[in-house]
Amino acid sequence: MKQPNQPLIFEQSKPGRVAYSLPGTNIPEQSLSDILPEGSIREEEPALPEVSELQLMRHYTALSNRNYGVDSGFYPLGSCTMKYNPKINEETARMAGFAATHPYQPEAQVQGNLEMMYDLQQALAQITGMDEVTLQPAAGAQGEWTGLMLIRALHEANGETERTEVIVPDSAHGTNPASATVAGFDHVTVRTDARGLVDLEHLKEVTSEKTAALMLTNPNTLGLFEEDIMEMADTIHQAGGRLYYDGANSNAIMGITRPGDMGFDVVHLNLHKTFTGPHGGGGPGSGPVGVKKELIPYLPGPVLTKENDTYYWDNDRPHSIGRVKPYYGNFGINVRAYTYIRTMGAEGLKKVSEYAVLNANYLMRRLEPYFDLPYGRHCKHEFVISGRRQKKLGVRTLDMAKRLLDYGYHPPTIYFPINVEECMMVEPTETEAKETLDAFADAMIGIAKEAEEDPEMVQEAPHTTVVGRLDETLAARKPVLTYNTETSLKSMK
Amino acid sequence: MDYRYLPVTGEDKEEMLKTIGVDSIDELFEDVPENIRFSGEMELQNALGETDLLKEMKRLSDRNANVQDCVSYLGAGVYEHYIPTVVDHVLRRSEFYTAYTPYQPEISQGELQAIFEFQTMVSELTGMDIANSSMYDGPTALAEAALMAASENRGKRRTIVVSETIHPEALDVLKTYASGPGITVKIVPEKDGQTDLDKLEDMVDADTAGVIVQYPNFYGTIEDLAAVRKAADKENSLMIVSANPLALGVLTPPGRFGADIVAGDAQPLGIPMQFGGPHCGFFATTKKHIRKVPGRLVGQTEDEDGSRGYVLTLQAREQHIRRDKATSNICSNQALNALAASVAMTALGKKGLKETAERNVKGAHFFKQLLKQKGIQLVYEAPSFNEFVINLGRPVAEVNEQLFKHGIIGGYDLGEVSRDKNGQMLVCVTELRTREQLETFAKHLEVLVHETA
Ligand SMILES: Cc1ncc(COP(=O)(O)O)c(C=O)c1O
Repeated sequence: MKQPNQPLIFEQSKPGRVAYSLPGTNIPEQSLSDILPEGSIREEEPALPEVSELQLMRHYTALSNRNYGVDSGFYPLGSCTMKYNPKINEETARMAGFAATHPYQPEAQVQGNLEMMYDLQQALAQITGMDEVTLQPAAGAQGEWTGLMLIRALHEANGETERTEVIVPDSAHGTNPASATVAGFDHVTVRTDARGLVDLEHLKEVTSEKTAALMLTNPNTLGLFEEDIMEMADTIHQAGGRLYYDGANSNAIMGITRPGDMGFDVVHLNLHKTFTGPHGGGGPGSGPVGVKKELIPYLPGPVLTKENDTYYWDNDRPHSIGRVKPYYGNFGINVRAYTYIRTMGAEGLKKVSEYAVLNANYLMRRLEPYFDLPYGRHCKHEFVISGRRQKKLGVRTLDMAKRLLDYGYHPPTIYFPINVEECMMVEPTETEAKETLDAFADAMIGIAKEAEEDPEMVQEAPHTTVVGRLDETLAARKPVLTYNTETSLKSMK
Repeated sequence: MDYRYLPVTGEDKEEMLKTIGVDSIDELFEDVPENIRFSGEMELQNALGETDLLKEMKRLSDRNANVQDCVSYLGAGVYEHYIPTVVDHVLRRSEFYTAYTPYQPEISQGELQAIFEFQTMVSELTGMDIANSSMYDGPTALAEAALMAASENRGKRRTIVVSETIHPEALDVLKTYASGPGITVKIVPEKDGQTDLDKLEDMVDADTAGVIVQYPNFYGTIEDLAAVRKAADKENSLMIVSANPLALGVLTPPGRFGADIVAGDAQPLGIPMQFGGPHCGFFATTKKHIRKVPGRLVGQTEDEDGSRGYVLTLQAREQHIRRDKATSNICSNQALNALAASVAMTALGKKGLKETAERNVKGAHFFKQLLKQKGIQLVYEAPSFNEFVINLGRPVAEVNEQLFKHGIIGGYDLGEVSRDKNGQMLVCVTELRTREQLETFAKHLEVLVHETA
């Protein structure tokens, strides 16, 4: 139900209140103006809030109550793998030896960290079928860009500087073409065919001596396995290009097939998806990159090395593309991913993928009679349905997504991939029980019926959330990105 | 074996397969060609039950020396500071950490409001008009600032002039980012621990999209931002400042000097060091550049009843809309750590931020005086925030090895940056260091320095 606004923390502030307590240090009092030169000392204080500790806790608790996570309920956000975030991960990542170590401590003082990182790299290499892994990239998009920079370095080393194009399917995630741009490439789009797979003939047409790489997710963003993958790999390799694997969809294939065996030369993984690093309300993630042998020399330095049970950083990497991130990546997320891999083991991870695929197919078949299913084949860990049928009744996918909020669910990803009209992309994940899938299917079917019988009910949704549909046009036309008294107080209700 | 994260029972499985119309899960994978099927089992370490795994993780954790058991003087971009207890309590609210990007604003008002508050706090600290919802870390935020500068003026200016006194890893990251689109990075040399301002003036030319300095810089000293502004103005180049946000509790904010972009890492505000990540990049700029900002922005708006609410806004800049024309490829960012920084800034508040920052200045200054008394040479005389450079006259690694025997993690070995800085140590003194600890550290240093003298 609509609720009064939670006041901004600034609106709760009153001079004189504090929520901190600094340590006693016995440092003798000194005058700041004796230490710092004139003009360098700040005159106006930043307007940070002044509240007590309880006020602080109440504020953030109130905010958390206006938020929805996997622990709140079903969250079938396609392409994002919103699986359960194990609580043990949160404990291990906070252990003092991991959380309270500094990246510049001498190697001898942090052998535990290095051992964990090394073993994680090995595990990820094994899962993906690659030869070497770097943990430096911060997230999927940074992994993509890193991978493309590696491919670029390889082509340059081979004197093939005319390879300026990266091929990306029309169903690809937006980060793929964006990463290609940041890496200095032009991007070329390859079409999806009627099967929902890359159009092989079109791929052959757009592949040329200019091709630096093909970026592909497999299963693709429609949730379908690219069964022509070997032929695609041959096409690209014969033209002298390389294959990049966007690992956002690895949750479907662990222990079943590996990018390295499908002919991919570079992969990134999203440890915040398949490997349960929590999504954090938008991050932090971790986007390790795995490569085949020929690309190892170009990896971002330093590279973690093991000799006689001692771990150290190899800084002598003359061909490296350079650093992509300071220090050693999002270590704290990597501890969580490692904890997860050690919880599941090889057999468990395979089961994860099998059940992720079972759950997705089950939900897809339950919904099939009520929604348009653009691609009827077995899906992998996720599937897309189209709201075309409902659109004819005046109910759009956006409306149905908003209506799902009233039923207590986070909606699927909507309007992505962009090549499917009124798209809804559903990824249930393996951690959901059949009862949950059934209840969700019933809600979706209920909404499909409402679209026929009471379209306004859906068009005007949501009816039960703390705020109604928000005016995004207003937000973009007159951007208010920070609090100031005039603009904020006015509309406080 | 049973798995506690997998709820599908044998009976469920049978029913589900029946609904799907197949006999086995294997059938669902029939589109995976035989020749790329993975046969056998992946070679992974064996799975462990909860209790055993906690033990194993503790074993790994205990193989590290941590800064809670030792006394650390390391800084160099990653800092050990007071983290109010409330920060982690808020982070553990699973409505926050098990959510993703707030694509559905009606059920994500909590996250959106928290980020809106974060953007406000960063703008306040830096003295800038607007801030985004976070970047991966300080160095990548800085690299994105450089790319944004180069994209202004219709992308005609192709050079970034950067001071040698920024963090060496930030410089590395910047070079990697710049090499993609072919942006030239010119390096202004250091002089007496600061940017050589004469050289800077000479190097700024009509092709200079932006000038980058760090504040305080890598050697701990406070750059003359007014002079940097002047140099950048010579050719109408953007002024980009990489700032330590805690230092801005006491230092005049870059916005006051007319900075165009202020980037940095919010790690000093409530985020544990975690061996270098995840931390939290921030990015602040002026209104003028609002449509070129990389990453996510949260904006205030209203619902149909005029009730205040928050949404992701100006998304036409972003990869999911603009694809190859996006202002950046960033998608997932560091939202949870932006929340941590917000909670820490709220806990510290106006008064606490200032007090903490001042304690850093005073603690470091006290320690400088102490070292001088012991005959230990300070390499630069310039004023500093919480870090400064001392000359040990012998290999820093050797000294650090000795210090560690006394439970002290010594400062950063500047010999790692350049050979002519061998024997120089970058020391960091935060509000956590007590007089007693500093006196002990000084005593050990005195002995170690004079051993060879
Ligand atoms: C298919 C695909 N590729 C790439 C990405 C980008 O990953 P990240 O958000 O970690 O940068 C995503 C995630 O949103 C994705 O779904």
